[in-house]
Amino acid sequence: MRTYTSVWRIRFLNGLQYRTAAYAGIATQLFFGFIFIMIYVAFYNQTPVQPDLSLQQVVSYIWLQQICLSLVMLWVRDPEIFELITSGNIAYELCRPSSIYPFWYSKLLAQRVANMTLRCAPVTIIVLLLPEPYRLTIPTNFITFLAFLITLLLALLLVVAISMLIYISVFWTMSPTGSVLLFAVLGEFLAGLVIPIPLMPKWMQLITYAFPFRWTVDFPFRVFNEHIHGNELIIGICSQVGWLVVILGIGYWIMKKAIRAVVIQGG
Amino acid sequence: MTLYYKYLLMHLRAQLQYKGSFLMLSIGQFFIPFTMFAGLYFMFEKFGKLQEWSFIEVAFCFAIIHQSFSLSECFARGFDSFSSLIIRGDFDRLLLRPRHTVLQVLGSAFEFTRIGRLMQSLIVLIFAISQLPQLWHWQHIVIILFMIVNGVFIFVGIFMLAATLCFWTVQGLEVANVFTDGGREMAQYPLNIYEKWVMKLFTFIIPFGLVSYIPLRIILGKVDEPLWQAMIIPFGGALFLIPCYLIWQFGVKHYRSTGS
Repeated sequence: MRTYTSVWRIRFLNGLQYRTAAYAGIATQLFFGFIFIMIYVAFYNQTPVQPDLSLQQVVSYIWLQQICLSLVMLWVRDPEIFELITSGNIAYELCRPSSIYPFWYSKLLAQRVANMTLRCAPVTIIVLLLPEPYRLTIPTNFITFLAFLITLLLALLLVVAISMLIYISVFWTMSPTGSVLLFAVLGEFLAGLVIPIPLMPKWMQLITYAFPFRWTVDFPFRVFNEHIHGNELIIGICSQVGWLVVILGIGYWIMKKAIRAVVIQGG
Repeated sequence: MTLYYKYLLMHLRAQLQYKGSFLMLSIGQFFIPFTMFAGLYFMFEKFGKLQEWSFIEVAFCFAIIHQSFSLSECFARGFDSFSSLIIRGDFDRLLLRPRHTVLQVLGSAFEFTRIGRLMQSLIVLIFAISQLPQLWHWQHIVIILFMIVNGVFIFVGIFMLAATLCFWTVQGLEVANVFTDGGREMAQYPLNIYEKWVMKLFTFIIPFGLVSYIPLRIILGKVDEPLWQAMIIPFGGALFLIPCYLIWQFGVKHYRSTGS
């Protein structure tokens, strides 16, 4: 366990090095948030029928999306790992006295958390002070906020588990770009990163329910804006844990198979 | 010009060497705007219309901007990935050659996989035009071409500015994304749905409005302006290139090699 926490710490410090990049990121996130909100405001202002997700809830959803971007995005990828596999340096990695799946897992996890901590505080403070309708509305009670933190944590663990599957797939495809791109694009749509899932038509919502992606974005965010509560929340957390166990299991198993059949790329 | 053509051919051949990867990437590129378009469609299904704009009209706007974007990403890739030239110190080599730097940077990289993206937006464009009978005139088609071409100029200009920034920062900065990806996201929708300051910023400073919103309003018959205006206005996009070029020249003069 100590090995993994130190991997985690190294990564974290490494991420903290790029401070200008983080400032630039903050500006970018604020800008995107503004643009998206303006589009939704334009849609909501002219409609006689209010959809069941209120404008205020959409605004919170968008800001959360911008704040937690590096936590929940599917495509935050580590070129280092791809290179390890394609260049053959994986051999060194295999010599390490620690199991490779948890090693990479903690590496990726730390990277996301490091990116997030740099950016989230300033953006959060700014969006809490904005005038209406752009302000981020905080949940009315503490329990909801706690539930949000729990679901977000589970979402993070889940998204890293899913991205591990992408890395493992490179053992077979060798070229990471094409297949990963396809996977990431569709995954992001099904997670509700393009438009919030409650705004999709019923049949599309049913499709998203069949995949694990929606538990990584849609679910924690809707817990935060109180669109999901009560029994639905409990069931949701259970499904998150369920998916997490399944995907971790699959990943671990495939990794084992891949390692056994691994061909070290020479050169 | 012939040199540019040779660069082009060279990169095309090189990229076609890896057929499988090329195909996969193109297909992937096809799906990126596809999910965005699906999102757009679902929004309209939920809300019916966006102020005075119907789904087809916004789809038309969407298609024009995406055409411009994918074309510029294909041809101006060299500026987009310019920071790697600087970091490796390869820019020194370009400076030594007796050709213009802009040409050489343009020729340093092409990304032909953007054809997937281009195809997708072409399909949307044709679909939208087929649904809008008021566009079935040769003048209108010419205007649409002008809009796309000048849109390419704007994106290229932004890429150039972002690349110029690398002379000082070495690392590429994410903040440039505000204007490329952000500009694209924003210009997919008609500009008048945004707040006034955004509209002004993207009409007078970075003239996305001149290649989409303003001529669009005229050719769709939303306002009663003569058609020749719609022919002229898109060229504001080409004008945008001039300051970008000057800033680039200024940057080249102040270039200091990383030395590695």
